[in-house]
Formats: sequence, structure tokens, C-alpha cells
Amino acid sequence: MSAVMEQPSAGPGVASLLLRSSTDRRRTWFDRLYRSVAFLAAVLCVIPLLAIVGFVTVNGAGALNLDLLTKPTRALGIGGGAAAAILGSLQMVPLAAVIGTPIGVFAALYTVEFSGRRAAGVIRFAADVLVGVPSILVGIFAFTVFVLPFHQFNAVAGSVALAIIIIPVVMRTTEESLRLVPGNLREASLALGVPVWRTALSVVLRTGLSGVLGGVMLALARAAGETAPLIFTALGNQLVNVGNLGKPMDALPLFIFVNARQPYPAQNSQAWGAALLLLLFVLVVNVLVRGRSLGRRAR
Amino acid sequence: MAVDTAPPAPSDPSAVPPAASQSPEQGGTALAPVRMALPPRPVTPRSTAAGGTGAGRDTSSQGHLEITRLNAWYGSFRALKDIDLTIRPHAVTALIGPSGCGKSTFLRTLNRMHELIPGATVKGSIELDGIDIYGSDVDPVRLRRVIGMVFQRPNPFPTMSIYDNVAAGLRLTGRPSRPDLDLTVERSLRRAALWDEVKDKLRQNGTSLSGGQQQRLCIARALAIGPEVLLMDEPASALDPSATLRIEELIAELKESYTIVIVTHNMQQAARVSDRTAFFTMDDDRAGYLVEVDDTSRIFTNPRERLTEDYVSGRFG
Repeated sequence: MSAVMEQPSAGPGVASLLLRSSTDRRRTWFDRLYRSVAFLAAVLCVIPLLAIVGFVTVNGAGALNLDLLTKPTRALGIGGGAAAAILGSLQMVPLAAVIGTPIGVFAALYTVEFSGRRAAGVIRFAADVLVGVPSILVGIFAFTVFVLPFHQFNAVAGSVALAIIIIPVVMRTTEESLRLVPGNLREASLALGVPVWRTALSVVLRTGLSGVLGGVMLALARAAGETAPLIFTALGNQLVNVGNLGKPMDALPLFIFVNARQPYPAQNSQAWGAALLLLLFVLVVNVLVRGRSLGRRAR
Repeated sequence: MAVDTAPPAPSDPSAVPPAASQSPEQGGTALAPVRMALPPRPVTPRSTAAGGTGAGRDTSSQGHLEITRLNAWYGSFRALKDIDLTIRPHAVTALIGPSGCGKSTFLRTLNRMHELIPGATVKGSIELDGIDIYGSDVDPVRLRRVIGMVFQRPNPFPTMSIYDNVAAGLRLTGRPSRPDLDLTVERSLRRAALWDEVKDKLRQNGTSLSGGQQQRLCIARALAIGPEVLLMDEPASALDPSATLRIEELIAELKESYTIVIVTHNMQQAARVSDRTAFFTMDDDRAGYLVEVDDTSRIFTNPRERLTEDYVSGRFG
């Protein structure tokens, strides 16, 4: 220490420490290497989405026409369209929302507003595990409970299976947005003599509602593309089924699944068209919901 | 007066007596029509002369709080120790003291908000006009409609308009009719000295107002449910000086009709707005206790306790 103090002009000695050594050069090189690897991984992470969008667009754009949207399936699959599948999805997915949304939302309200910390932890854990349960198992479950006893594949069973898929997703996203509601709003409401349940519904849920709705939309977009839960339940149907929920019903993913496996190019092309339709729906919902929350975060 | 009495059914026509047609600009009685217009509450309107459901109860001392040997805990931590305090009706009582001495905790025991915190407990008695608010026959939800509260940070409901914020208490606790609501919202906003600034934009979002306006909106929201007592937890500490001044002027007006208890860190504010001042501090275990309570002028000029004098003269805290 004293050496430095006494020789403030000992420039060469101290300054020489600044010169790049071989270890420094190696460190810089490693730094660049890891940086590049991470960047490459990030690129690979984005590529699948772009590739899927690209492939589906290229192959499906030609098949996505008015016939596909409006015409029912023809026998032998030559000509015709995906009307049965579109109408089927338009019935089963909303029904799944009707069944699953209240359960998911109220479960989230319970864990955020009412339950103790431990119960909330258990419920959250169960929901997270349910998200990870393979969807084919959900389909088998719905098959056992809603198909076997009736000896009839039916749309309700399909909706129940989809509802089971969306419940944990809705529950977790709702929970996230309810937790963001400031505690002082709860206090303000309770201090007005508003009962706890009313505070939970009219203040907390209402304040977090946009986040909740976003979560529901994302869950529905996910459900609209689920195939496995429908194979054992709604089964699929070449005929248009509107309103008869006790009978088999077609859905877009089932339509894609069936037609993609046929040996006829016309049917393969219809599958691509339906795939593009499904992709557009999922993309639009995701961009709307996520774009909005992205903007909010950036603000 | 019985806090636990069931209110008449909302459809009871006597709940909206002819008094509602009185001129609102009659000084002391101005409030009566507001209260008449409210849906039935467990507490009778203050002015029985104005009609209404008043069953000949003593209305002169409403809003009188008598606190006896009050203790409060957070889990095993004792936050308040043996508080004895009388809060006079229709006066402003300021609670002052160093940070962490339990002023806010004490305030929250008065409307039973304290017990909402997991593990929080209370022992002792608080009587509002002779009724023990911790009695087994008192519902804390009802109590909070009689003892309103304004918080440190303005907290209007962000999803609601100005109008809806003021109407929230009534809407979420009953089914008020539209004319009643209109009347109550206007009266409450007038009482909170906010009406002239917002009357043309009642449909705008409550959070579009300035901080000071938001706080007056929160005061209007608290007044709309027709409380007897108003608890204020540092209501001006998040506001700029001119907004603070307006709140202080407002407090001076409100004490004509309400019993006000205000926690403040600002001793000048306590001296300006309050009639009585209670000085809290904490003991070696960090449990808050009341050192003394007296007329504000006396606390700031010639307190009985040495501790108080040290604090108000800035020697500690």
C-alpha cells in the first residue's frame, strides 16, 4: 500500500496491469462462444413457430376457400368441405368454455381470496399437474365416464374432455391476474361494509377481469386445437351435426387428423386448409391477448 | 341503539320518507335527506326530527367511542397495550406518535379491519354509543357501514366511474333505487367538496382525477354509506400541500356531522385539524400504548407528560 502511496508516478508498473493478457484473450473468446450458442438456441426456439406458420400457409392457402368453409364433407372426400368440422368446433369449444370457465375462475377466487396458504398451494399444485397430464388420458377419462355408460360417442363428452383441459389453464391465469389486484382495493371495499364474497366478485374479479378473459381466450385457443381428447369422445362425424350434443360430432383437429391420413391428394389438401384455419384462429387469439398484455408491460 | 338490529326490508316505503324532498341547503339539517335516501341501515338517521324510522333513540351522542383496556396482537407480537380512550362525538381526535407505535393498528381495531389480517387478535372493549362492537351479536360487516374509513393512499376502484365509486358502497351492500343513488351520490360529493369539480364528468373513470381529488372521492365514497364515525389513516400524507389543505378544510366541515379519528404523522396537521389529540408511543417490547389524551391546544402547549412534550417539541420520534 505504502509503495503506491509514495509513488503516485509509478505509472508503468500499474498501467501494465491494464494490458490484455493471454487469460483475458481466452476469456473474451469464451464469452463470444457462449454468447453465440445462446443466440443460436434463441433462434432455434423461434424457428418452429415460423416454420409451422410457413408450411401451413404455403400448403393450406390454396385449399382455404369458400367451399371448405361452407360445404359439408362429401362421400369419398372428393370435393366438399369442412363445414361439419367447423360447426362442430363452434359448438364443442364454447360448451367447454361454459363448463370449464366458471370452475377455473371460482377455483382461482377460492385460492386467492378465501383459502389458507396451504390449501392454495395444494390446489395450485394439482392444477399444474393436471396441465401436464397427457390429453389422451383426459380423453380416455371422458370416454369412461361419458361415453361407455351411454354406448354412444357424443359431443358432450368431447366438451367435458376439453373443459378438463382448460380448467387448470383458466385457473392459473385467473389466479395470476387476481393476485395483481392491489390489496388496498380489497380494504377499501371491506371498509365500506361490503361482505367478503361481494368484494371478491365485484371488486377483485372485476378489476382483474381483462386478465381473466385473456386467460380464458388462450385456454380456448388451446382447446380448439386439441385432438386426442376428442378421438374417444366426440369421435368425428362426416355429417353436419348442429344441436344434437348426444351424437358424434366433428371438429377441426379431427378433420385434419382424418383427412391427412387419406390416400387422396384432394383430402390432404382439405386437411391443410383446415389446419390453416385453425392456425389463424389460434394466432389471432394469441396476438390479441398477448399483444395487449405485452403493451401493458411495456408501458 | 342496537347495531345488530335487522334493518327493515329494502322495499319498506318508510325508508324513503318525505324528508327527502327537503331543501338540501339548510345547514345542519342538510344531511338528513341524504340519510333518508339511503337504503335501510342498522343505525337510525341522526335527525329523528326529520322523520324516518327513528324509534325515539337518543341521537345526541351518536358516534361516541369508549375504548377500555384494548390490546391487539399480530400473532404473538403485542402491538397495543391497555389502551383506555374516550373519543368524543362530532369532534376530531388526532392520533399522533412515532412510527410503529400502533396508531394505525388502533384505528383498524375501531372498525374491526384489524382482525382481517391472519393471526391478528384483539382483547378489551370498544363501545360505540354503548354497544360493544366486539360483542358476539355485532356483525363486523355491518359495523363498517357505521364506522367508515379513508386510507393513506387514495384507492378509488379503477374499474368504476366517479359516480360508480361513490355508489359502490350502496350498490354492493344492497339494492338502492336509481333516484336514491343519484341523490346520495350528489350529496356525498358535495359533502366531500368535490361536486363542483366532477359534476360534469361523473361517468369518467375515478382514477382520471388528481391525487387530491381521488382522496376526496374516497371520502365521498365513505360518506355515501352514511357512517357515524370516519376513520382517516394519514389521509393527506400522499398529497401535495394544496390538496392537503383542502382535505384539512374538509375535515373541519365534516366534524359537524361525524365523529372523526385521524392518524397523522404531521404534528402541524394534528394541531390544525383536531380538537383532541392522543399521543401514542411504544414501550421496550415495541407494544404501543397511550401516553395521554387531551385537548389539542393543551397537548401542544402544556402537556402533562414529559414524553409528550419531548415528542411535540421534536426532541424524539
